[in-house]
Amino acid sequence: MSSEMVKTTYREAMRAALREALQRDHRVFLMGEDVGRYGGCFAVSLGLLEEFGPERIRDTPLSESAFVGAGIGAAMAGMRPIVEIMTVNFSLLALDQIMNNAATLLHMSGGQCNVPLVIRMTTGAGRQVAAQHSHSLEGWYTHIPGIKVLAPATLADARGMLWTALQDPDPVLIFEHGSLYNMSGALPADAGAVDIRSAAVRRPGTDVSLITYGGTLGTALAAADALATDGVDAEVIDLRSLRPLDDKAITGSVAKTHRAVIVDEGWRTGSLAAEVSARIMEQAFWDLDAPVERVCGAEVPMPYPRHLEQAALPQADAIAAAARRAVG
Amino acid sequence: MSRTATKVARSAAAHRRDLLRQMLLIRTFEDKCVELYSAGEIHGFVHLYIGEEAVATGVNQALTADDNIVSTYREHGHALARGLPLDSVMGEMYGKTTGCSHGRGGSMHLFDVSRRFYGGNAIVGGGLPLAIGIALADKLRANGGVTACFFGDGAVAEGEFHECMNLAALWDLPVLFCCENNLYAMGTALERAHAQTDLALRAGSYGMAAWPVDGMDVLAVEHAACSAVEAIRAGGGPHFLELRTYRFRAHSMYDPELYRDKGEVEEWKKRDPIDQLAATMRNGGELTDADLEAARGELTREIDEAIAAARAAPAEPVEDLTRFVYSPESS
Repeated sequence: MSSEMVKTTYREAMRAALREALQRDHRVFLMGEDVGRYGGCFAVSLGLLEEFGPERIRDTPLSESAFVGAGIGAAMAGMRPIVEIMTVNFSLLALDQIMNNAATLLHMSGGQCNVPLVIRMTTGAGRQVAAQHSHSLEGWYTHIPGIKVLAPATLADARGMLWTALQDPDPVLIFEHGSLYNMSGALPADAGAVDIRSAAVRRPGTDVSLITYGGTLGTALAAADALATDGVDAEVIDLRSLRPLDDKAITGSVAKTHRAVIVDEGWRTGSLAAEVSARIMEQAFWDLDAPVERVCGAEVPMPYPRHLEQAALPQADAIAAAARRAVG
Repeated sequence: MSRTATKVARSAAAHRRDLLRQMLLIRTFEDKCVELYSAGEIHGFVHLYIGEEAVATGVNQALTADDNIVSTYREHGHALARGLPLDSVMGEMYGKTTGCSHGRGGSMHLFDVSRRFYGGNAIVGGGLPLAIGIALADKLRANGGVTACFFGDGAVAEGEFHECMNLAALWDLPVLFCCENNLYAMGTALERAHAQTDLALRAGSYGMAAWPVDGMDVLAVEHAACSAVEAIRAGGGPHFLELRTYRFRAHSMYDPELYRDKGEVEEWKKRDPIDQLAATMRNGGELTDADLEAARGELTREIDEAIAAARAAPAEPVEDLTRFVYSPESS
């Protein structure tokens, strides 16, 4: 049964997800810097203060460690907080709470203190906001056992991942790429919760697997279009969940195409791309017809000028070139 | 009837006996821990509370079973005062499955959610945001709960402390901040780390009631905690007690104590909270030396039984190594 399609944006889809969560579960509240009266620094929560009031759309002082930790405490005490951090760079001020408490309490307490907390934050570059607002550090967070890490790259995932994350008994981090908020398209009017475990094939293909997530999904799809004109049929895998990784989807695609290019906006050294590459080597080595390729962010703090910023980011032509090398 | 009211209804002498027994339990437990550590039976970092027993014992008198406690890595006293069973605390020291944290935490990470005892947090200052969140949950649900948050003078130097003082006051949260000022952050004396050493004054600057208390006098601690908690329950917002105390033993079992004079330690030992209360009771004819010895003997037997139980308890099978990383019902 098909539902009516409605035009929307990534930002509006995220807002609809927040509204649904606040309506359906009285334990849910949103907390963070400028989420209320300002409407969210990316306008995601615009209008929610008027609808739900200041207790549930809670503006905080600039105290990342305290309000992230407060989210953990409230979650332990039975609430379902959603904490918003303006950017991943600022989340480092709360890294102690995320790593030493949110990810650790369940284990340290012998299974007593689960932390059903959702932390949302913006990640990524492309808006010329330089070296303290632009990084892609989600790969760091995937290093930590005890948390789950999501990267919604589509309207459906922006709309649907939050509710599923809120049902999870453990902490879930959602990374929203800053360049996606204005992405527009159509969603079914009744779009809702989606699974948060599996990767998705965004473009089926047979010659090479382009494996990516978040802000570079569009870039990888553009590269696949360019490759198609050369007769190379690329498959594009959207990881969606960065921890845990959907190993089956990754190795399943590589078993079909025998070649892999991993696209990751994070710095190359010690990256999520390195982890995916290692898993392909461990689990699908004999399926490979070519070395795994990586297209990653350049190892430089993000520069301000547009041409340098773009040079630091994975681009479609570099992805296509890597795919051609792999295809041979 | 509130617990405080129940206490008033009982005889003051019986109440003092309870307080003495509580402090003796903590002292005897930790004296045993020293022996067990030296004998290689328990391991890791073990931070002793010896000398500070009046703080945990006194503050606990103000709390009900519906209140919450967030504590530090020097938390044996807080856990025992809260009523965690001896077997479960000793089991945790041994890293056994009978431990209050299933053996996963050890001395620094005692948890018992059924008693609203939320650790056992070993990042200095890291427990304060948790207390803020637990108190926020209570406030949003308007259930009247109070969260007692213990931390030391060392935490006052952390940024998280100041973020949390501000948030608690800004949001008018039901938190009792219990700053155990034992004058040393590990080996760094208060005056070597703080430009302003009046900690109550600093907390007060955030717009909350804050005052210093003689942390060696259990009755003074109890009185301060009860009046603070009463004010918090009446909607008075967060309160801060600077509990001036002293640890008689090293920071942890590894500490050679090069940073303080033995004379200073001896001076503070003259104010031993157990000796002080016992002297008051003796003077009032409420306690004899024989009573004291009998209580010590009884507690020693109970602790020895807990040790025997911990020794006999099963260790967790290695196959269970990755348990408790995610919840079993995790999607």
